[in-house]
Amino acid sequence: MPKEIPVNTLLGWYEQMNTIRAFEESAIELFAKGLITGSTHPSIGQEGIAVGTCAALRPSDLILATYRGHGECLAKGADPKALMAELLSRSTGCCKGKGGSMHLCDVSHGVLGTNAIVAAHIPIAAGVALSSMIRKTGQVTVCFFGDGATCEGEFFETLNMAQLWKVPLVLICENNGYAISVPIAKSQSTPDIADRAKGFGMRNAIVDGNDVLAVYRAVSEAAELARGGDGPTLIECKTVRWERHSAFSAGRYDDPEERQRWRKTDPIPRFRQSLLQSGATEQQLAGKEASAKTVIQEAVDFAIASPSPTEESLRQNVYAE
Amino acid sequence: MRQLTMSQAINEALREEMRRQPNLIHLGQDIGPYGGTFGVTKGLYEEFGQERIRDGPLCESATMGFSIGAAIHGMRVIVELEFIDFAGVAMDQIVNQAAKMHYFFGGQLTVPLVIRAPIVSRMGMGAQHSQSLEAWFMHIPGLKIAIPSNAYDAKGLMKTALADSNPVVFIENAKLYPTKADVPEEQYWVPFGQARIVRPGKDLTIVAISGAMPDALAAVDRLSKEGISAELIDPRTLSPLDDHTIVESVKKTGRLLITHDAYRTCGVGAEIGQRVSEQAFDYLDAPIMRVTGLDVHVPSGNLHPAVVPNSQQIIDASLKMCGKQHAMYS
Repeated sequence: MPKEIPVNTLLGWYEQMNTIRAFEESAIELFAKGLITGSTHPSIGQEGIAVGTCAALRPSDLILATYRGHGECLAKGADPKALMAELLSRSTGCCKGKGGSMHLCDVSHGVLGTNAIVAAHIPIAAGVALSSMIRKTGQVTVCFFGDGATCEGEFFETLNMAQLWKVPLVLICENNGYAISVPIAKSQSTPDIADRAKGFGMRNAIVDGNDVLAVYRAVSEAAELARGGDGPTLIECKTVRWERHSAFSAGRYDDPEERQRWRKTDPIPRFRQSLLQSGATEQQLAGKEASAKTVIQEAVDFAIASPSPTEESLRQNVYAE
Repeated sequence: MRQLTMSQAINEALREEMRRQPNLIHLGQDIGPYGGTFGVTKGLYEEFGQERIRDGPLCESATMGFSIGAAIHGMRVIVELEFIDFAGVAMDQIVNQAAKMHYFFGGQLTVPLVIRAPIVSRMGMGAQHSQSLEAWFMHIPGLKIAIPSNAYDAKGLMKTALADSNPVVFIENAKLYPTKADVPEEQYWVPFGQARIVRPGKDLTIVAISGAMPDALAAVDRLSKEGISAELIDPRTLSPLDDHTIVESVKKTGRLLITHDAYRTCGVGAEIGQRVSEQAFDYLDAPIMRVTGLDVHVPSGNLHPAVVPNSQQIIDASLKMCGKQHAMYS
């Protein structure tokens, strides 16, 4: 455990991880009840990556993420009420109900959008970083994506251009082992996705994505280098996707033994254990767990009570004024 | 008044706005010291440097993505697709990203992006470098489309595009790059959604788009010798489309012919014709006609004219519509 991080800060991370877990559990439940339509993609089991990464960033830094991006938005500071209302397509949602679960955005907290076309946001994130570089804003941009995205051409194109232009970008690959139903053994030509950066002369690292502190350390280093003009880094966070690809997907794709092993890697109890060892009390931890549940219950209540957007609002924002 | 080519006029608009807007950059391939495949960015690299006139790798998709990213984060971006045909490689970024971000993020992000897309029709470059693909973009909400047919409009529309907060597909016709027109020294802006009546007339309305304009002009001149007064309209932008000017013209003439180089099926002509049919059906004295490119891939070399319209076809169709198909004509 890094000594320089006060226990109170770490307790804050613990609460965030619990908040994300509770948010995703609620989303699955609301989908089953028909209150969320379309689809929703839970990030249960991957909370350590969202929280460890965003903890390493400044408030002015920027993130872009995927349709499995609820956790990253929460970790970057977006309001759970506005996010939950967006999942339910309500007018009080962060995108006025027009984006839904897969298209979240909160510019005021540096969330420049979650995206539902796999890998398309990777060059966009690099372009955001290019703008910060040219305008000398001192901001770092983080792009989250899954292992599936690393098979798309835009991932490779961006590795080349981002490294060529040395943009202040941190690429976070959340390798959760599956692209919908296809395991990485059937989709990746090499065991480690991080290796792909080597062909472009880009720094890279592999971390245990279920260890929030390991993620924090790796991203802190990469963000500092990016901020200092030393260009991008690709960080592969090995993790596990506990749930189905989406609430919409039918069937399971993994074997029960594998699932038993996953339980042992759960980033939340792991972090809990390490917090107890470093002096946090059982009472403090229970307090954070309860508070996370309350925050999410309030978000759910708020979303359910919110109105749908008006027809007029649905026709607005096609073009900017 | 001084005359400029369309290529010089676009160059001048880019230069003026690069000087005026410090956060304006241009991305693409071959736009730097080379000056652009068709010479449109000549001299810009020398004046604004490589930070702002940013030659990049040959990858349309990521280049478009980078452009969108910079545009949502405080910059205005021009990006060139050397040929409009290459838009296919970048289409997801244009259609699923640039066009939609303002909408599905509830208006939080804007994408001030100008996509320069040359049509290289009738220059003999074959099936993958010669298409007129404006209809692809017109189908998508959230995009604007400027498609000038002369130097004056090209400069004024580019100035407007570079003041707009939306993604604009700016379609330049390479065949028209060397054509000259009067272009004032002082700045001016041509508004989007305002068609131009190129020639006033009373018997027939002809709407001509981009590369079809020179043949349409020639046809109108010859029709006047046959005693037919055709009103020629250039829509100048397709999104927004100035239905009003076209509909009012048809109410006066009772006849509409649309001509473009693009494929016929689901081409812009079909959309314009349908809108007029919905808004001015009772005024029509003849079926709405199209003189367009054939639904055939563009053959190579000097064979292209076989599949795109010419002035004779426009004249023949016009005479038929006006009940003069048997007129003595050569």
